[in-house]
Amino acid sequence: MDQKLNLYRFLVGLADDSVVLSHRLSQWCSNGPYLEEDIALSNVALDYIGRARMLYQYAAEVEGEGRSEDDIAYLRNEREYTNLLIHELPINDFAFTMLRQFFVDVFYCEYLARLCHSTDERLAAIAAKSVKESRYHLKRSEPWIKQLAEGTEESLRRIKTALAELENFVGELFVMQDWEKELADNGIAVDRNQLKVGWDHYVQKLLGESNIVFADSQLQIQGGRDGIHTEHLGHMLSEMQFLQRAYPGLKW
Amino acid sequence: MSQEHLEIYEVFVRSARGLDHKHVGSLHAESPEHALMYARDCYIRRSEGVSIWVVESKNITASQEDDKENFVEPMDDKPYRHATHYVLPDSVNNM
Repeated sequence: MDQKLNLYRFLVGLADDSVVLSHRLSQWCSNGPYLEEDIALSNVALDYIGRARMLYQYAAEVEGEGRSEDDIAYLRNEREYTNLLIHELPINDFAFTMLRQFFVDVFYCEYLARLCHSTDERLAAIAAKSVKESRYHLKRSEPWIKQLAEGTEESLRRIKTALAELENFVGELFVMQDWEKELADNGIAVDRNQLKVGWDHYVQKLLGESNIVFADSQLQIQGGRDGIHTEHLGHMLSEMQFLQRAYPGLKW
Repeated sequence: MSQEHLEIYEVFVRSARGLDHKHVGSLHAESPEHALMYARDCYIRRSEGVSIWVVESKNITASQEDDKENFVEPMDDKPYRHATHYVLPDSVNNM
């Protein structure tokens, strides 16, 4: 019974991470710096919505109460959302969006690669499909960071501004919840703690090549998995969920 | 973000193994690497291809339309360059 609840929370947490980031990325659609990048970013958003759908569908089945993926995504309030905070931060400027993307891409490449070995076959299959997408995302985001960091004074300034905010949110990616630990002990989930050293090394090396020092921030803002969010998520959900809230059950 | 750093690239896609790369269009990008990724997202997202070439448009040397008279047309009145111009002796039968 507990195991079932743990698995449900785990799946919804991962799905919330994906759907929230997807919505943020979709906000670039028609607002990209130029057409090609606009399309490319929207493609990444679509990858994340696909990932969220697979996870919500599975979560709905695990829950077994007749809710659909859409019910879970569109009919929960801010406090019921359990995404890690880094995903919900507003897109700000292009440098911020790409630096966030680079940080999560590095994370997901390793996280999903390990999740491919989950004893839960369905989860392993979702991870196997998703990790390929994340590897491509990283191939895109990584050169952007170099390009912006070594571009103009203005682009470097923007990268540094983005870093000053994002460094306070990356720590949460590596925090394990008690129920997540239980799942990890059973081989279902991945131990996030173990990814920290590799992630730090990767990020420090890349930023270091552009003479940007990255060190752990003393301030590590957390709370996403407990439903404690930044002030930004509520506004985002009101936009994302508007149609289902205003016209319940509407389909197209 | 200014577009002054963007170059135009021509995109060639191989739709299946064994076929030639065909010109499918062009796009803007910061670098050849970016051009390749944009081509992936703009031109093969519905599985239209298995391989992509990108070439900076400025690196293509092209024949000029206004030079057609000298460049292309002289080829039009030389039928003897076509195999069909020649009448084969009956004894050759099907060549």
